[in-house]
Amino acid sequence: MATLEQVSQCVVDGDVAGVQGIVKQLIDAKTPPMDIINKGLVAGMNIVAPLFKSGEMFVPEVMESAETMNKGMELVKPLILDTDMTTKGKIMIGTVNGDLHDIGKNLLIMMIESSGYTVIDLGVDVKEETFVSAIKEHQPDIVGMSSMLTTTMMKMESTVAEMVKGGVRDKVKVIIGGAPISPDFVDEVKADGYAEDASTAVELCDRMMASI
Amino acid sequence: MTIVGELINSSRKVVKEAVQNRDEKVIRELAKVQTDAGATFLDVNCGNMIHDEEEVMEWLVNTIQDEVEMPLCIDSPKASALEVGLNLCKFGRPMINSLSGEEGRYEAIVPLVKKFDAKIVVLCMDHTGMPVTSDDRMKVVDDLYAKLTKDGIKDDDMYFDPLVKPISSVTTAGKEVLDTVRKIKVKYPDVHFMCGLSNISYGLPNRSLLNRLFVVQTMTLGMDGYVLDPANSSMMADIVASTALHGQDSYCGGYIKAHRKGLLG
Repeated sequence: MATLEQVSQCVVDGDVAGVQGIVKQLIDAKTPPMDIINKGLVAGMNIVAPLFKSGEMFVPEVMESAETMNKGMELVKPLILDTDMTTKGKIMIGTVNGDLHDIGKNLLIMMIESSGYTVIDLGVDVKEETFVSAIKEHQPDIVGMSSMLTTTMMKMESTVAEMVKGGVRDKVKVIIGGAPISPDFVDEVKADGYAEDASTAVELCDRMMASI
Repeated sequence: MTIVGELINSSRKVVKEAVQNRDEKVIRELAKVQTDAGATFLDVNCGNMIHDEEEVMEWLVNTIQDEVEMPLCIDSPKASALEVGLNLCKFGRPMINSLSGEEGRYEAIVPLVKKFDAKIVVLCMDHTGMPVTSDDRMKVVDDLYAKLTKDGIKDDDMYFDPLVKPISSVTTAGKEVLDTVRKIKVKYPDVHFMCGLSNISYGLPNRSLLNRLFVVQTMTLGMDGYVLDPANSSMMADIVASTALHGQDSYCGGYIKAHRKGLLG
């Protein structure tokens, strides 16, 4: 008899091949789909996240765990109504204008999504006005910007300025990150927060959501 | 073998503090350590000092040259900062890091390459984004090689950087770099290479093992330039040994000399 613990274990182990079989069995046994998600798939990622942060798990393992979770989700999602899915909040993420680096951003999205947030991925090289129109359209709680180059760091400032101009700056929290970015840059570009890596970013989002 | 010492970079905390306090001693020491360890160029990068990059560049270049007589690799995406650094270079031909096919960048940098008779690091990327495969990279290489040649830059002065990405994120990232080096070497045998290595191991444990092996693997296919920490003696020993094994060290002179200096561990 398949159990929710086995689902979690699949996620922790990154058992992409095995997860769907177990999830199917649980679905056949009439396990509530939201339990499979929250007590199985997401619970597994909740074990992974701190292990990654403490250095016991590594990037490829975390990516495999996330893929495993997504494989399980594919089977469960059609069974639930959108309204059943609880989300911790809506987070929009993009790499600033002129910056084409996506590895860090993608890792961050995976971590944030698997911790229970809804993520809107704007992709790379996102123009200032695109951020603003996307904020108007999706109404996220938090907007995250990344820059990996010293050449594009200041685009964070112009993006925030564009948000002010577009009248949406006070409707969102703005967080920043990326290789050349340091904590003191938050004030300089008038953002609200900084995270040095993906798992810290999740904690930062949690703190910000608690204060909204 | 071209070794660009990477330690004078203001995104490193110790350098940033030294810059803020205008602490010459720290910069001089970094210049000396890298020179003694066998660097052939010293990188000078203060790109994160957004508001006074030109001024910091001037101070760094002068401070370094007060200590050592080394050619410098002036490293900035900003043409005005490059020009300040290049104007001050006194020892040997300078190197510029870097040029790419991104919009506006080529046009801004090439005049400086000519004006200062500099060697140039050429990134294998353009406005279409970060390359994934070796074929993506070769498209950029072909395009930039043709433009640079037309602008009168010699093969011997071009250093192509194949852009190393982490294997933790894309399993084949290392292999694509190896394929790129091989393809460039076949098609343009007289150009040189430059790469930062440590990206390859990002997100994985025991990074130095991967970095060291990747030096040997890339060298095997023709890579002849690295941006790294020359004070990392194991890495430098690997490079010396690998150079000898490739038959690029006449009478194994460099290898034996390194042994006598106690540099081979």
